[in-house]
Amino acid sequence: MATTQTFGGGVHPREFGNGKDSTKSAMIVNAAAPARVTIAMSQHAGAPAVCCVKPGQTVNMGQVIGTAQGVISAPVHASVSGKVVAVTACTVASGRNCTAVVIENDFEDRWDESVKPCGNVDALTPSEIVQKAIDCGIVGMGGAAFPTAVKLDTTKETLTIDTLVVNGSECEPYLTSDDRIMIEQAEQIIDGVKLAMKASGVKCAKIGVEDNKPEAIAALKAAAKDGIEVVALPAKYPQGFEKMLIYALTGRIVPNGALPKAAGCIVLNVGTCAALSAAVREGRPLIDRVVTVAGRVAKPMNVRCRIGTNLMDIVDMAGGLTEGVRKLISGGAMMGMAMPTLNVPVTKNFGGFVALGEEGVHNEESACIRCGRCVRACPMKLMPAKIDTLVRHGNYDGAIAAGALNCMECGSCTYACPAKRELTQSCRVAKAVARSKKS
Amino acid sequence: MSKYVISSSPHLRDSVSTRSIMQDVCIAMLPACVVGVLMYGYRSLIILALSVAAAVLSEWFYCKAAHTKNTIGDFSAVVTGMLLAMNLPSTVPFWMPVIGSVIAILLCKCIFGGIGQNFINPALAARAILSLSWASQMNTFPQPAFFNLAGVDAVASATPISGAANGGFTLWQLFIGAIPGTIGETCKLALLIGAAYLFWRKVITWHIPAAFIGTFAVCYLIATGFDVHEVLYQVLSGGLILGAFFMATDYSSSPATPKGKLVFGFGCGLLLFIFRYCKSTPAEWCSFAILLMNVVSPLIERVTGIKSFGEGKMHA
Repeated sequence: MATTQTFGGGVHPREFGNGKDSTKSAMIVNAAAPARVTIAMSQHAGAPAVCCVKPGQTVNMGQVIGTAQGVISAPVHASVSGKVVAVTACTVASGRNCTAVVIENDFEDRWDESVKPCGNVDALTPSEIVQKAIDCGIVGMGGAAFPTAVKLDTTKETLTIDTLVVNGSECEPYLTSDDRIMIEQAEQIIDGVKLAMKASGVKCAKIGVEDNKPEAIAALKAAAKDGIEVVALPAKYPQGFEKMLIYALTGRIVPNGALPKAAGCIVLNVGTCAALSAAVREGRPLIDRVVTVAGRVAKPMNVRCRIGTNLMDIVDMAGGLTEGVRKLISGGAMMGMAMPTLNVPVTKNFGGFVALGEEGVHNEESACIRCGRCVRACPMKLMPAKIDTLVRHGNYDGAIAAGALNCMECGSCTYACPAKRELTQSCRVAKAVARSKKS
Repeated sequence: MSKYVISSSPHLRDSVSTRSIMQDVCIAMLPACVVGVLMYGYRSLIILALSVAAAVLSEWFYCKAAHTKNTIGDFSAVVTGMLLAMNLPSTVPFWMPVIGSVIAILLCKCIFGGIGQNFINPALAARAILSLSWASQMNTFPQPAFFNLAGVDAVASATPISGAANGGFTLWQLFIGAIPGTIGETCKLALLIGAAYLFWRKVITWHIPAAFIGTFAVCYLIATGFDVHEVLYQVLSGGLILGAFFMATDYSSSPATPKGKLVFGFGCGLLLFIFRYCKSTPAEWCSFAILLMNVVSPLIERVTGIKSFGEGKMHA
């Protein structure tokens, strides 16, 4: 199998030391469970879960409080034990509104009786592993939050799936949570990878890690065995995007508009693998996650916190915002979303929080000088400036013909543009227009 | 309203800006300009200054008159002014760089929409217009005066290319620029130092210069029956080096795709070969080769569109 180790295009966001230095060396800190958690019913791709508890009801830690709706969905569990005080509307970091369950913590951390370790893991059949992933609400923790069980279930698959691609590249500036998980929980990740291989019937797994994480690579290599290969990849954004990672590790190209399975691959994030291991071995549902808090905060750190913890509490733990914060970003500085407030609950796919000052504010667009930097930066080999011009002229059909729908919105073009033009946003506009025309 | 800024991702930007790119181009042209002043005397410096000043003022005036945002801060007018001066002999009357810069900025750049919108290289277009309008002044080149800043003999002399066949200069003289010529095109050493800087700063890519010079050299090699000396003589003569690295690489008037750049460079090289080999007139044809390719650049870009990453391939 040819491996290219990297991909064409991409950028090196090196400003501010890539932002990772402030958090990459310190151990993950366990946050104290908050007095109150707000658990969103929609924290995964697909249909929101349906709330199955009522205000006043006492719940145990790990108890299902929202049941999955349909195939592409995931159940939601209580992350503390205590009393449900409200079922209410809430706004999550992405700006989307959904139902949420508010639980008052009784600080007993009383596990639900449904949470029990599996006696003989080796005896589990593939479908039993998949079922555990469903029951424990495991979703992709890299950002997209796609239900993991749907990826692992290959029983109805007509394509040949032969490789499990594990994403440990963490190419986003500032974020180091995956890096720390790889260093501190390498054994658990490898165990999760093995379980995922068994569940999907795949014989070969490749873990791609950017070479700016030597400790993580060493830890995984020490733990890896039985058909699991750890590959160091040159650090370049957006190495962590599925299509780029698959190409770098296997030399295969995912066709436009297709999923990784079309290239014979399943892609899982390292954090997801660790969560899968905990789910299968200990029966532990996904009720906490590691969040990087970085940028303009007093003490940048990686925090393991309960799902539903308010971001304000986490920022307080990190010493609060420092002077000059202009932008609050959920996720990384390249792909993340700007938020109007810190008052949002942590969800399963909340990988990081970055506070940016003036360095994150750009509103001085100037004319395109046709330098071609966007063309060189685009990992999908599109011509962002051309799409941008077409969209600004209202020629959406032209923009779509120029390949706007293949844009992954990685932001490399906008990053590279010397005229500081919002090229990625134009691609988003074209995609939105195409979606509205379809429906 | 939140006091925090809401905007779409990405939230970071590269430190490279239009201004930093244009400043890099100015820096890259400096060595050749300095050598030009040393070789052809103080008039060169005045021509450079007049040309740059006229270019910047023209753009400032246009922005005022058209009520558009003042764009002189992006340094692109400085680049055009410098480039034009480098394309003039130091013996031209002082009004000529001024006229040239006004033509370049107003006629070739601003009225087409300013930076990024000009379909031809403004400095080259101005040179072409000046060459055709004042042919004798534009085609009279001074002898180099080696550090004798005041005493330049405005002796009428042809550039080496017109007498290429019989030579008259050594390759070394051509390389260091100890030959009659325009202010900025003769010293290939200084130009190559500038070009190296542009590559290092990633302002230009190798595609256009390599295809341009490569095509020209290969054509000449074949045409002269593999006379390597003659090929080197041709490559180091006239405006080829300046044109290939500093003018054909103009962003606005060349294709943005890698393949398009190669086709563009190939066309420039082929045209220059034809013009020079047929020796139609002693004029410098490098400008015209590039200008002609400028005109077809949009067409080239259109037919050399790039294939997206996931197009039509299942497995590599």
